Amino acid sequence: MSKHAAERKDRLSRARRFAALVRKESYQVVRDPSSILIAFVLPLILLFLFGYGVSLDTTTTRVGLVMENATPVTQDLAASFQASRYFDVANGRDRREFEEDLLIGRIRGIIVIPAPFTADYVAGNNPQIQVIVDGSDANTANFVQNYTRGVVATWASLRAAEVSLQPASIAVEQRFWFNPELTSRNFLVPGSIAIVMTLVGTLLTSLVVAREWERGTMEAMMATPVTAAELLAGKILPYFLLALTSMTLCVLLAVFLFGVPFRGSVIALYALSATFLVPALGQGLLISAATKNQFLASQLALISAFLPAFLLSGFLFEINSMPLVIQWVTMIVAARYLIPSLQTVFLAGDIWPMFLADMAVMLLIGSVFFALAIRSTKKRIG
Amino acid sequence: MRAAASQNDTVDDFVRMRDVTKRFGSAPPALDAVSGSIRGGEITGLVGPDGAGKTTLIRLMTGLMLPDTGLVEVLGFDTRRAAASIQAAIGYMPQRFGLYEDLTVQENLNLYADLRGLPKAERPEVFEELLTFTDLGRFTGRVAGKLSGGMKQKLGLACALLKKPRLLLLDEPGVGVDPISRRDLWTMVEDLTKEGIGVVWSTAYLDEAEACDRVLLLNQGRLLFSGTPSGMTDRVEGRVFRLTGIEGRRRPILAEALDQKCVIDGVIQGAAIRLVLAPESNAVPAVTALAGGRAKADLASPRFEDAFVDMLGGGPGGRSKLAEADQPQTTKDGGPVIEAHGLTKRFGDFTAAEDITFEIPRGQIFGLLGPNGAGKSTTFKMLCGLLKPTEGEGKVAGFDLRRDTAEARNRLGYMAQKFSLYGDLSVDQNLEFFAGVYGLRGAHKRQRIALMKEIFEFGPCAGMSAKDLPLGLKQRLALACAVMHEPEALFLDEPTSGVDPITRREFWTHINALVEKGVTVLVTTHFMDEAEYCDRISLIYRGRSIALGSPDELKARVAGKEHPDPTMEDAFIALVQESERQAA
Repeated sequence: MSKHAAERKDRLSRARRFAALVRKESYQVVRDPSSILIAFVLPLILLFLFGYGVSLDTTTTRVGLVMENATPVTQDLAASFQASRYFDVANGRDRREFEEDLLIGRIRGIIVIPAPFTADYVAGNNPQIQVIVDGSDANTANFVQNYTRGVVATWASLRAAEVSLQPASIAVEQRFWFNPELTSRNFLVPGSIAIVMTLVGTLLTSLVVAREWERGTMEAMMATPVTAAELLAGKILPYFLLALTSMTLCVLLAVFLFGVPFRGSVIALYALSATFLVPALGQGLLISAATKNQFLASQLALISAFLPAFLLSGFLFEINSMPLVIQWVTMIVAARYLIPSLQTVFLAGDIWPMFLADMAVMLLIGSVFFALAIRSTKKRIG
Repeated sequence: MRAAASQNDTVDDFVRMRDVTKRFGSAPPALDAVSGSIRGGEITGLVGPDGAGKTTLIRLMTGLMLPDTGLVEVLGFDTRRAAASIQAAIGYMPQRFGLYEDLTVQENLNLYADLRGLPKAERPEVFEELLTFTDLGRFTGRVAGKLSGGMKQKLGLACALLKKPRLLLLDEPGVGVDPISRRDLWTMVEDLTKEGIGVVWSTAYLDEAEACDRVLLLNQGRLLFSGTPSGMTDRVEGRVFRLTGIEGRRRPILAEALDQKCVIDGVIQGAAIRLVLAPESNAVPAVTALAGGRAKADLASPRFEDAFVDMLGGGPGGRSKLAEADQPQTTKDGGPVIEAHGLTKRFGDFTAAEDITFEIPRGQIFGLLGPNGAGKSTTFKMLCGLLKPTEGEGKVAGFDLRRDTAEARNRLGYMAQKFSLYGDLSVDQNLEFFAGVYGLRGAHKRQRIALMKEIFEFGPCAGMSAKDLPLGLKQRLALACAVMHEPEALFLDEPTSGVDPITRREFWTHINALVEKGVTVLVTTHFMDEAEYCDRISLIYRGRSIALGSPDELKARVAGKEHPDPTMEDAFIALVQESERQAA
């Protein structure tokens, strides 16, 4: 046989081995109930949970309103608070009346219209309003603060129109772009798609590889002419496609069932998702190569991938309001680069400079995981 | 390949190992300076108890693991440098067969054919041949997970044989398979050697070792013997005797004999006693006299196990401090201690055990003998109250297991299959825990624990985690935990599978002595030789009891032209075939 022919034969058998591995994996995915559960049932549950169950919107928040002296101006402002559909207001004259209520959580905040407010307002001296909130519940605290600004701003501009004065002095302009009704579903659902891909990419992948070690099939395969690279690639491709399928299902549901707007392009959506799967799959392979045990692999995947995607990605909690150290930690959580971009694709449209930057970081994190995974997947046992 | 091989001294050596050492962590080496060779065209038995280093040695031959020191050469290639060339030329079946349970028989074959690079054109012929060879032709569409143990084994073998290997490595292919499938498998492998293929067959069963062309005997990581099985048995030739015509109970006589200096080893064999005597001792008359005037000792053909025990320096003595410390179980009435009446267990439409009936009188050992999955453990679990029978009833010491579960359970000691103690607890803590579970209290509890530690010599390892104990000590600890509360009935589930013969002797010395004290024992085993230690056995096959009687009765039933002196395995196979003929 000539050298050329031998090379061709080698390539052919390599391709055949790879195809065999992919085919095997696909049969297993289809026949194994746990794969279906993780790839399709769990994502559906998550999506419904975030679509219907969890809402970060506050409808009415109980607050205490302290008017330190009653003038027509302050009474007018107070009336605006009363009228707001976001607040359920209790009136008082002194903030001390409400301290107890705030401590035990009966109210979420105290809004103080201080004694000098009227004078400052009339003089055009940038009058102040004090908002005291329970910082232990950061989300609600944020809402109280923001809605207060909203109420004051609305009041000021209305009043300015009435008396034809310039409203500039106290106008705290707050406008909610892209999600004007501030429906949390609209940004939770795109975010949860990132969580779903973490589930398939990291958890499921680490489980199936660990299972091969546990059942001894990995050992049997390694004793064949298969190479370590073929083994890895044979795992990656099927789960890459599975994760994208699962993602597609979620997007269809998000748009057609939950009515989440989709303002970007399908290409951007798939480009972002595919890029995110690089670190997700890499992490899954690394975990399973390191543990070789399904129980450990699932625990590690949950702690090192699933929970960070949930808590440290800006999905539920604002990264900017985290302690600085934690903010640094979030830098290596791949999901934090996907979620803002994904939300943008849904709610705003294609902003490629932002996407490309995020994709670059995800690729960087992914290549580190892959380098480590390849290093620990040698054709060796122990 | 030829060129590479001809550089070696002997062309026949498929595998050559020189001073191979492999360690895992700080434990004693799994393999300690092992040297040896494996030839083509024959079956080499890699023999030894669990933990002897068999799997490690096979993995070293596949190149999936590298030795710490020393050299492994397979088919002329160094495993360190040319693992890929080795992997292209060998067939390997790991312990769990390496099958994908979600894939069908045909899909498994296709997968391995692709991975091994079997040309498409050759496939129909090769598949046809292998499916006929393994008799799996009817099941190509069945998912591998739904095959019986024996069928999985054959499929695993077929996958390893797809691209005719020069060397076939089989890691414990005989485990978990019924004796008939095991025999089939053996015949298949023997056929392969005729084509010049070298076969490595690892096993903990010493009867399998006898059938190999050559053996490598491993114990605790060291190579004890390398050569033909007859080379092994020759060392005890003329020293093995069968004592028959015994007067009185044979177990105390065995115990007495074992305490003689000139007796190396002894076991119960049905109604007889099998003894290995020390070389050049003229002890035959003296030992025979122990068994009464009418006893006679006949020279028996030596077995591999006799030689193995002899090589390890002989079995333990016949005394059991455990039994000596226990009160004799007083016979309140002559009734049976363990009773099973029509025990049936169904899981859905699958009948795991059907109409199992037997009674065990006080002070007897009763064995449930059968392959894995036959229904032994199901029967067993119904009798110790772990599983509720669908029909029928079980009684222990007269207490119905359904109604008086607690009373019945307090009277039984249970030693579960494999190691079921708390691995992360120390020896002391395990003893403490099980004493508490069985309701021992105060001074009595302390006294029993101290006694167990003394009898089983746990002193030096009292603080060690149970999981780190050597296999023999684990075995002792499991027994100690089961007998601490002096139960009337002892349930032993596969008590000695995989342990070395010395540990097995020690174990049975205790059991024999306890039985003499009036303890009643129910034991399950798939180990044919072990069945001979029982007074009576029930053969369990596919959920039914197909024969019941003493080992000698069962063997006598099948004795005939084909097997003038059948072994327990011959008897089992003949009885299974007979029951299948009746069913058909």
